[in-house]
Amino acid sequence: MTTLAAPALAVPPTPPFKAPRSINNKTEPLNGFKGIPLEEGMQLVSTRMALCQALYEEMKRNESIFIMGEEVAEYNGAYKVTKDLLKEFGAKRVIDTPITESGFAGLAVGAAMTGLHPVIEFMSWNFSFPAFDQIISNASKMCYMTGGMFPIPLLMRGPNGAGPRVSSQHSHAVEALYSHFPGLIVISPSTPFDAKGLMKTALRENNPICFLENEMLYNYEQAIPTAEYLLPIGKGDIKRSGKDCTIVAISRCVHWALEAAEALAKEGIECEIVDPRTIKPLDIDLIATSVRKTSRCVVVEECYRTGGVGAEIAAQLQDLCFDDLDAPVGRVTTTENPMPYAANLENETLPKPHRIIAAVKKACYA
Amino acid sequence: MTATSTPAATPAADSDSTDVLFQVDAAAVRAEIGKDRLIAMFKKMVLIRRFEERAGDCYQQKLIAGFLHLYIGQEAVATGFFDHLEPGRDASVTSYRCHAQALLAGLDPKELMAELFGKITGNVRGKGGSMHFFSKEKSMLGGHGIVGGQIPVGTGAAFSAKYKGTGGVSVTFLGDGASPQGTFHESLNMAGLWSLPAIYIVENNMYGMGTACSRAVAVRDIAAAKAPGYNLASFTFDGLDLYSSWKVAQQAVAMARKGKPVLIEAKTYRYRGHSVSDPATYRTKDELARYQALDPIERIKNDLIAAGWLTAESAEAIDEEVRERIMAAVKFSEESSEPPLSELARDVYAER
Repeated sequence: MTTLAAPALAVPPTPPFKAPRSINNKTEPLNGFKGIPLEEGMQLVSTRMALCQALYEEMKRNESIFIMGEEVAEYNGAYKVTKDLLKEFGAKRVIDTPITESGFAGLAVGAAMTGLHPVIEFMSWNFSFPAFDQIISNASKMCYMTGGMFPIPLLMRGPNGAGPRVSSQHSHAVEALYSHFPGLIVISPSTPFDAKGLMKTALRENNPICFLENEMLYNYEQAIPTAEYLLPIGKGDIKRSGKDCTIVAISRCVHWALEAAEALAKEGIECEIVDPRTIKPLDIDLIATSVRKTSRCVVVEECYRTGGVGAEIAAQLQDLCFDDLDAPVGRVTTTENPMPYAANLENETLPKPHRIIAAVKKACYA
Repeated sequence: MTATSTPAATPAADSDSTDVLFQVDAAAVRAEIGKDRLIAMFKKMVLIRRFEERAGDCYQQKLIAGFLHLYIGQEAVATGFFDHLEPGRDASVTSYRCHAQALLAGLDPKELMAELFGKITGNVRGKGGSMHFFSKEKSMLGGHGIVGGQIPVGTGAAFSAKYKGTGGVSVTFLGDGASPQGTFHESLNMAGLWSLPAIYIVENNMYGMGTACSRAVAVRDIAAAKAPGYNLASFTFDGLDLYSSWKVAQQAVAMARKGKPVLIEAKTYRYRGHSVSDPATYRTKDELARYQALDPIERIKNDLIAAGWLTAESAEAIDEEVRERIMAAVKFSEESSEPPLSELARDVYAER
């Protein structure tokens, strides 16, 4: 795996992250792309606002960036991530497309080959499947199969993972799927701070990036710096410190893991939560360092178990931490069935806190 | 399905499509193009033909492996179009049958042959092979191995030209077999919707892999039937005739430069199989012979001789010069090194 250069701006410390409160996504004002001012150079933003700020700032900075997708312009985006960008940048740079994922994904590859930096929104990553050939056969391989002649600076973004009660065709998590292919970078942030810093870096990358947002996290709020910052691709983050068991959790699962960790703490088990933030390249060093401390590891993800991110992390840990582990690496994933509609079945399909608690207890022989 | 049940193929010139075929006055077009430019185009067609014949021979000698899709018989189509393009400002993209477009964009036969040989001196450092020729400088965007996969890429190049206001156009070549793909229809819709400076050329060589076009495509005349559905202009022409190709290209490029996208069908024919591994048993020897009698290179050569712009001797001299160039390319390729193993991990990701 190629090591990606660290961005030039200094990386600020991770701000404290509290359990989120929900705000109304339909009426949230973008207020000139500003969050709610707080003291000491901080602002309160939702993940949605954090992403929008990243797009706004980078589009201001680089005229070759344009954003294209279904309802990103006049409708302000299905999830309002692109709200007011049309007003700010005009129809040349913020473009509503027909429902034609393969077409606009391929168009973006051609635009990237001819000097532009496209951002394409998949209204949901589930809708990236009609564009799969363009992402895999064209975007991921172009740099290599042209001997480095045509790098593809392309940001593909949209919500990933299960929405509420949307059943089988709208609930996929694609981290493992897209991580499989050399040439793609896969980012899956869990907080507004991470989302903004990583998206800004992604827009300065010269590679195709799958930026996996999560519909259920768009309303999550956090105090983040008002000043510009970037976060490096390929660096994870400790979301909670603990000595007894490492939980590697991705995207929305970070929040379920935090919930599980609080419950486990009451029983005397202190979990350390590692958020890789980028799945490819994966910060296995950070994960291994934590596992060497705790001797136990549970991976929590919304992908399926077979060939999931957890399978990869478990395999890498047995290379790096074979003598450190006191228990097999546990995996809490979406169960291996298409997402059912019924509430009780959906709840049991997802890697919810009760399943994480059980997996940690198993790893701790508790 | 046996070959005998395939509908009989007929040369474009006497097919049912004559009612939509673009008509040219050969003498007038000849005069318009002029002697030097026509001889230059003739030379390029000979270069493409000899390059590919030699590549086919090298394949038989196992100097080249993998896929090798030859353009032999179709040379007039791309040659007529590239004569109106400014590679660099104008972009081009095509399928895996990409040797002609790369040569016409101005790439050196040496680097192309070396790519076929899988050498480090190859066009893309031995990473692509026959299906993946590219040039950043000439905006030659490939060389694509998935049927129809290049069509949105060409559309993206047209989008870029419009976005940046370069005045450039994008020319996307595809086969008849790619016209049923979703990417074709999605691209035409976007081009028509956004008035992109895009030209799409369906090179109907009558077979999509081993299946006759008439058994795969619901309409007879692809461009004439489909262009109106996407708000594109259209042309249909005899792809074995350089004058038709050149004249249609002249009009199409002018339209695209003004923001009117164009869909074109060239009725053409490939002499070889889909790839070198295809013996083409789905067609008769008679059919092949009928088309070879209409060979686009012989046709232009005879016309130039009749016009007094070329003699049999000067045509032979051109051929000889081209053959020497190809031999030099083969020698260069043979003498070049394989890529070092350090190439394995190089360029998986680009540096920022």
